[in-house]
Amino acid sequence: MKNNSPVTETELHAYIDGHLDDARRAAVETYLATNPDEAERVRAYARQNEQLHTLFDSTLYEPVPEALRMKPARRAPNPLRYAALLAAAVVGGVLGWVLRGEEPLIVTASLPQQAALAHVVYAPEVLHPVEVGAREEAHLVSWLSKRLGAPVRAPHLSDAGYELVGGRLLPGEAGPAAQFMYQDVRGNRLTLYVRTTADSNHETAFRYAREDQVGVFYWVDGPFGYALSGELERPQLLRVAESVYRALNP
Amino acid sequence: MRDVNLFDEHIPRLRRYARVLTSDRAQADDLVQECLARAWEKLALWQRGTDLRAWLFTILHNLFVNDLRRRKNHPELLTLDDEALDAPRRATQEDGLGLRDLQAALNRLPLEQREVLLLVGLEEMSYAEVANTLGIPIGTVMSRLSRARERLRVLLNGAGPALRRVK
Repeated sequence: MKNNSPVTETELHAYIDGHLDDARRAAVETYLATNPDEAERVRAYARQNEQLHTLFDSTLYEPVPEALRMKPARRAPNPLRYAALLAAAVVGGVLGWVLRGEEPLIVTASLPQQAALAHVVYAPEVLHPVEVGAREEAHLVSWLSKRLGAPVRAPHLSDAGYELVGGRLLPGEAGPAAQFMYQDVRGNRLTLYVRTTADSNHETAFRYAREDQVGVFYWVDGPFGYALSGELERPQLLRVAESVYRALNP
Repeated sequence: MRDVNLFDEHIPRLRRYARVLTSDRAQADDLVQECLARAWEKLALWQRGTDLRAWLFTILHNLFVNDLRRRKNHPELLTLDDEALDAPRRATQEDGLGLRDLQAALNRLPLEQREVLLLVGLEEMSYAEVANTLGIPIGTVMSRLSRARERLRVLLNGAGPALRRVK
């Protein structure tokens, strides 16, 4: 717009709200200098802005109630969902036993179900998502290693956008299992379930399973079976699973 | 342990806006709480990199408008003394009348004008951001803003000489 073009109503408002460039601001000021009625109107509008702040800005400095700062629990726990997963875990376990001669199915048969079950139990937990927090990571890792009977590691997944929340010990099928929990800035959680396998020095490719909303990538690497669970789409979850694998096999 | 909360920095502004819209502290916080709950549910729909504040204000606006509509269909829920407003806490003796007038006048603006005026004057959003937040063309933003400011000016002047500030 040319600097000497007539001042529009929109520009008067933009002037009040500080959205004009220097040239047009000067044009508006020239216009107002010669139109006292318009100048009075603009002053009144500008005063409205100031008064709005005077009246209402105090709310900005009030402490925010804790209820507003908490992320609400994602959804009410659905007993049927737990039951279905539990049933799947049992079937998986039985299947694994029945087919135990046929490698590598036995190693991994119930792994995704167990991991998904542990995920839906603990990931929505607000008060006690983990037994030992990330601040005591060294303690967490040595404790879980001791209980699982092999050196466990908690991979760092910052590159994938997830920070370690902490971990806990869980009952596995043939002994203790470990769960590490991760969280991104939005509060979305992933869990990495780790348990020992009967047959060490074994390795499998990534496999994928889906239990209701929960996707699981699982694999066996050395003495451990790993399962990464999360309510993510498959490609996104795979990306994180690869980060886990890389972090564990630098 | 508290979740990392993406929305934290926007909460004070959402509260301020809700407080003006509802003229009621408790009702305003209920509205904000519902807005945040809805935002967490719908977070997957938010396009990362786009304006999170505008997105949150849109949710708040929709909730408020739907709530008003519900109340209109159920007149028993309407408060009759909508204009019986609390005196603003921070107003001093000197500017008290002017500010109280402003709050009363604000409540007499149609909601669509009041929202534009608040998003521009209080939130200091650009006109494009307001258009985006309310889902209306920018030309509509300008015409509502213009009408809101003029109506408010007339209401404040028309309050009568008795309410004018004497100095």
